Amino acid sequence: MKVGLLHSLIRKEEKYLIEEFQSRKNIELVLLDDRKAAFNIGKDKFDLDIVVERCINHSRALHALKLYESAGIKCINSSHVATVCGDKLLTSVALAKEGVAQPEVRVAFTEESALQTIEEMGYPVVLKPAVGSWGRLLAKINDRDSAEAILEHKTVLGSYHHSIFYMQKFVEKKGRDIRSFVIGDKCIAAIYRTSPHWVTNTARGGVATNCIVTDELNDLSVRAAKAVGGGIVAIDVFETEAGLEVNEVNYTMEFKNSISTTGVNIPKLMVDYVIEQIEKVK
Amino acid sequence: MKAECPVCAATIELLKDAVEGELLECPDCGTELEVISLDPAILAEAPKEEEDWGQ
Repeated sequence: MKVGLLHSLIRKEEKYLIEEFQSRKNIELVLLDDRKAAFNIGKDKFDLDIVVERCINHSRALHALKLYESAGIKCINSSHVATVCGDKLLTSVALAKEGVAQPEVRVAFTEESALQTIEEMGYPVVLKPAVGSWGRLLAKINDRDSAEAILEHKTVLGSYHHSIFYMQKFVEKKGRDIRSFVIGDKCIAAIYRTSPHWVTNTARGGVATNCIVTDELNDLSVRAAKAVGGGIVAIDVFETEAGLEVNEVNYTMEFKNSISTTGVNIPKLMVDYVIEQIEKVK
Repeated sequence: MKAECPVCAATIELLKDAVEGELLECPDCGTELEVISLDPAILAEAPKEEEDWGQ
């Protein structure tokens, strides 16, 4: 079996995956650096059984997946999953369609309609770029003055991406949220991310501790994963008084801080899943 | 394999299983580095974060 690992920088996660693939019999691993990739649409023929996407740039990941799939190569995750998860608006639509609990989300396209929407939602509201990661450019808006200022700044200074106003009702999460890891039909592990800051991403300093995977968490996580197309994904979950709610779904999941924290060999389970998927195709 | 930190000139011993593209941190100056080449072993400063980086 020939596995292509599509990557850019080799982070700890990719190193773990390389070691795991190389430890398996009958697997030939081909490293595909997206910085060196070039495609010839309609003519490419790749001698690969599967491509595992581990790019650091969303734009490269999404387009490379579409190009490999157009050449007949199965990819994990699929370009559909990357499309949906790479855009918070599309993720929210997919979750709503499948009845997966999530915080209230509203969308508007102009400064004026966004301000009116925020006033209707009530403060605080979190304004997020529809496409963006690692907690960058999130804004918690506590009052009308802040709303007016941030909306004006986005309109005047932001790129066209920022003209899609994605507004989420702020969830009081008491200093932590949950990151759950789904592979196929199972939530294999989860961590709490705790931070005194309202943004709890580990990329922003959130501290990881183990979270027991309850039936409720497993059920919500797997349903969220399936709503976006399935595969290997990480779900950000809020604990609310009404129960668990899905905040976001990540398709190139980062897990280096979660192996020792959870005691689960995440890269091993990822590789097991990839091999299962190759065998299904053959 | 030994390589030189391009920032502080410290000598850095690469692990046997090092791969091109791998990120590492200079133990002397803390700069995040990328393995550009294995033979010869060459390090460069890692690229800066871009707008669409992340999961």
